[in-house]
Parts: sequence; C-alpha cells; structure tokens
Amino acid sequence: MVDRRIYAHPILEFKRGREITIFFEGVPVRAFEGESLAAAIYAAGVDVFRLSPVLRRPRAVFCMVGRCGSCIVRVNGFPTRSCVTPAEDGMRVERIEGLPEVSRCERRLVSEEIVTDVLIVGGGPAGMASAEVLCNTDLSVVLVDDQIRLGGQLIKQTHIFFGSKELFAGKRGFEIAEEYSSKLSKCSNLRILSGATVVGVFKEGVLAVSDDARYLIRPKYVVIAAGAYENHLVFENNDLPGVMGAGGAQTLMNVWGVKPGNEVLVVGSGNVGLIISYQLLQAGAEVKAVVEALPRIGGWFVHAAKIRRYGVPILTSHTIVGVKGTQRVEEAVIARVDENWNVVGGTERSIRVDTVLLAVGLTPNVELVRQFGAATRYVPDLGGLVPLKTPYMETSVENVFVAGDLAAIEEATTAFIEGWIAGYSILIKAHGGREEYLARRESLLRMLHEYRSAPVSEKVRRGWQLSILPCGGVTA
Amino acid sequence: MKHFKESGVVDVDTLAGMGYVPSEERLRRGPVAIYECVEEIPCNVCVFSCPFNAVTKNKITDLPRIDFSKCTGCGVCVGRCPGLAVFVVDVSREGSVGYVTLPHELLPAPSVGDEVLLLDREGRGVGVGVVTRVYRDRVTRSWVVTVSVPKDLVMVVRAVRVVK
Repeated sequence: MVDRRIYAHPILEFKRGREITIFFEGVPVRAFEGESLAAAIYAAGVDVFRLSPVLRRPRAVFCMVGRCGSCIVRVNGFPTRSCVTPAEDGMRVERIEGLPEVSRCERRLVSEEIVTDVLIVGGGPAGMASAEVLCNTDLSVVLVDDQIRLGGQLIKQTHIFFGSKELFAGKRGFEIAEEYSSKLSKCSNLRILSGATVVGVFKEGVLAVSDDARYLIRPKYVVIAAGAYENHLVFENNDLPGVMGAGGAQTLMNVWGVKPGNEVLVVGSGNVGLIISYQLLQAGAEVKAVVEALPRIGGWFVHAAKIRRYGVPILTSHTIVGVKGTQRVEEAVIARVDENWNVVGGTERSIRVDTVLLAVGLTPNVELVRQFGAATRYVPDLGGLVPLKTPYMETSVENVFVAGDLAAIEEATTAFIEGWIAGYSILIKAHGGREEYLARRESLLRMLHEYRSAPVSEKVRRGWQLSILPCGGVTA
Repeated sequence: MKHFKESGVVDVDTLAGMGYVPSEERLRRGPVAIYECVEEIPCNVCVFSCPFNAVTKNKITDLPRIDFSKCTGCGVCVGRCPGLAVFVVDVSREGSVGYVTLPHELLPAPSVGDEVLLLDREGRGVGVGVVTRVYRDRVTRSWVVTVSVPKDLVMVVRAVRVVK
C-alpha cells in the first residue's frame, strides 16, 4: 500500500493525533484524528479526488487552503472541501463526478448574533498581529479564521525568518504561529472562531459560517486580513493531478507531513519557488529543476544558493509548456523562451517528474473588501487588484482596515507590521489618540519604511505609492 | 562567469570585491567566517548573534561588514543565518588538511567520524571529507558541521552529503 507520509525530517517533528480509520470509496484508509482529510487521502496514494463538471477530467489537491475547490469530495453525504476538514474516525468519503449536489440531508446549525467592537477576518500573521495589539484592552474582539490551525501561511514556513530581532528573526515560521496561537488563547477579550468562513456583508451584519454554526457579526471596526490565493498558469494539461500550487504542496508536506511527490519540477524562481525546492530536498524528494521565464532568478540569492549547492539546476529563460500523464503527471515538457516570453521552437524537452509545483505569484483576496464598498485599484506590482488604504491601513470606507498580503503581496514580516499598525489605528480611533499609541504607531511606520528600503523591495515601494490614500477622512 | 542572480552561484572574486575574503595572513592565524551574503536584503541576524561584535550594519538592508580582527571563527552565525550563507574556513593547521564549518539541514543526520561527499556551490562532488565536529544550534536547530577538506578546497566546499 502506498504511504506518502514523512516519518523522518531534519527539522520538523510531526505531532499526529490518534490513529483512526476513514473510508475512501469504501476502502479503509489510515488517518490521524484532526489532520486535514485531504492530506490523509493523498497520503494513502489517492491521486484523483473528483472528476471535473464538464469533461470529467481528474482533479486532486491544488491549494490545500480551501480556495480552489479541486479537492471537494462527499463526506458522510455532504460535498466538502477535504483540505480544510479535520479527519474524524469512520468518515465515509466518496469521489464526486461532475458538480457536487446540494445534500438532501439536513444539518443542524447553531445561529448566533455577535455584537463586537472589532472583527478581524483572517488568522494569519496580519490578523494575529492586530489581535495581539487589541489583546486585553477594553475593546471586544472576534477573530474569524477558516483553517484547521491558526497562523495562516506561517504554519508551513519551516525556513528561518530574516529581519531584525524585534521581528522574530532567527525563528522559523511555524514556531511563530505556535507562539501566537498560545498567546492569543489567553486574551480575555478575544473570541476566536476557527474553521469559520466569512461569506459576506449583509444589511444586518457580517455573516460567517462553519460546519455547525452561523454567526451574524455586528462590528464597529473591521480588519480584513484575508491573505491571497496562488496563481495558476496556462499550459497543456495544467489540471492534471500532480500539478499543485507550491503553497499547497508546502501545506501537505510541512504541516501534515505528507510528501507531495518524489520527482518534482518547480515553476517560478521567486522566494516561494526557491524555498519549496529546498524544503522538498529536506523531505527527501528530488527536485529535477526550477524553471524561470525571466533571464534572472526572481527570489533572493541566498535561497537560490541553498538549492544550487545540492545540485538543483535553475533554468532561467525557461518555461513549462505542458505535462503528460493519464491519472497523474508522468512527465513535464519545458522549453526556452525568448525576451518576449515566446517559446523558442525546437528547444522543447521532456523531464520525468510526478509532480509540478507552480510558484508563479499570488493574487490578493479582495472580494470581502469590495463587498464593504472599499475602493480598489489594479496595481500589478502589488499582485493585482488591491484596496486603497491610508498609511494607517484604513480603506476608503471608514473603520474598515486591511493588512497583510491582501493589501499587497509581500511577506510575513511586513504583514505583522501592517497588522500592528491597523490594531493601533483602531485603538487610536476608539480612545481619541493616546500618546503611547500614537508613538508606537509612528515607530511601526518607520520600521515598515526601513524594511522596504532594500533594493529587493523595489516593486512593493513602487506599487505602494499607487495604492495609498491620504490620511484622515477619505472618500474614494 | 554569469552574474550570481542568473546562476545562483557566487565566485570568490565577487566575494573578495565585497570584502568577504580575509587576507592570507589572517587566514593563517586561525578559523574565520566567510559571508556569502551578496545581496542587500532586510536582515541583521548575524549582527545580533555575533558574540564578538565582529559583524556590523548601519541599515538593516546594508551588506554585513566583517571585522576579521574581531572574528574568532566561533561559528555561532553559521547556525543562525537564515540564508545559510555563512561558513567558517580554517587553514591554520600544519599539513594539507583544512576545515570548513557549514550549516546542514538534510538527513541523514551527521555525526562525528562520518564520511561525507564534499559539494561545491553547484552541487558537484569535489572530494570526500570527514565530520570532525557537529552540534545543533540552540535556536534554529540547524546542524553546524565541521568537515575536513583538502586545504585548497576551503573556498570551494559549501555543502556536504552524509554517506551512510
């Protein structure tokens, strides 16, 4: 029987729950209580999770954070995103062919109305940072997060953080997430709704739903820190199982201890592509190559050097043109591209891989911001459509704040700083500008400025100017 | 030689141009840190982890400056650098054997006496060495491994594979 689990890792120890049994298409599958159901199914060697609605093409895990819908299966009769569903003993899991159906079974939902001072949407670095600032103040705070574990993308970051001492430098991302989870659990004024998704803004308030509850939340202030989703790329058979988001693969591998594949091609040489390549080596996989369409490596040199010294080639001016395979990727075809990104004829070649990871950028999750009516602008340097905001992270709608990748695709350190700034801005508004809050916010703004002064942050600096609103009361 | 942002590989001349290669005289005196941090990135872990204040930056985005007269080659920064970009070289002992201390985060776990394949900056095998010292950094849990290498390869060997 196939077992894709990682049992020995140089850095990580996987703390798995009690061993349980789930049933996939009637076949018993070993799983661990509380782990991602998708990870458990994938670990057992399942490549096809569902068949696409029209052409019945095989689909499998892609994003692992509940965004893409590729891993929807029927669980005990209900269509379910398996990646964000914790495994429970005896779960009956079935493939879905075509569109999922509305279940004929009824689910009992608890309904609750929550009046709160602050609503934070998203439990990643930015949302957790805002919550930290507001922790144990006289404001009531509700944090809604749609994942199994709090921490956003930090929980899968196993590399050591860069930056300065006050910004966690020297620690690994998942350790920061654990630290914050435990710190926030002790805030008396903070309620965390895990596994709940904010679905929209209604006349009566903000609606959030989980598997067993429905919350209508009426906040005075909102921090939207909903992060971003991974970009896809156009090439032949790009929906074949084995083609995954690099972030999705990181979740599988570093959070749940399941190896995404054995022989891997990574597309994109930004930091995400370089870091996942290194992490694959740590998990015992082979990285056949990293391809990069630009003539230069996109990410930081140090991350590139880390994989080059183990012999991983970084092929600049190369792209992927297709993958081949029936149920899963069996080979990838790559080719050289010219300076206009056109494939150079005759340079195609095939590489034997079982997995292709896409690390081709992220797009901010601005849907909720737009529902609130906040102005957005298309700024490619920041990842696409982004909310306009003051330097204090307030959007064009008063009392609605943003922070993190949703505001601009950047990284965890700046997401923390923005989250803190948003938190202080709320305290300042609620308490009429107390000296210590103002001073703290100013120093955070200086820190953000200094952090972004590096040549590697040039794009963000350029984009930030295009997305900034003047301070004070603003209308778009 | 391609630019390091095209190849992911830096050469010793570029390192020397950035002030990262100590004098022959300093190298003969004892172990010393070689920084291969060639791009201005916002980080100063090395500055606050050095027990001897041998590493400085004015701004967090500057390249680090190493004072080779203060650096003792203790290797603390090797286990702390998030970029795994610091190495310690030692050519101070008699004979043809030198030593490289490097960060290591791959299995199998290294232990003293292990034979290792010596890899250059492009992952090419350039010889065989032996682990002479190994510990796990208290903060990062990365292994800091010292291996014996032919003296003329101390500026070449930048990774190892444990052969077990």
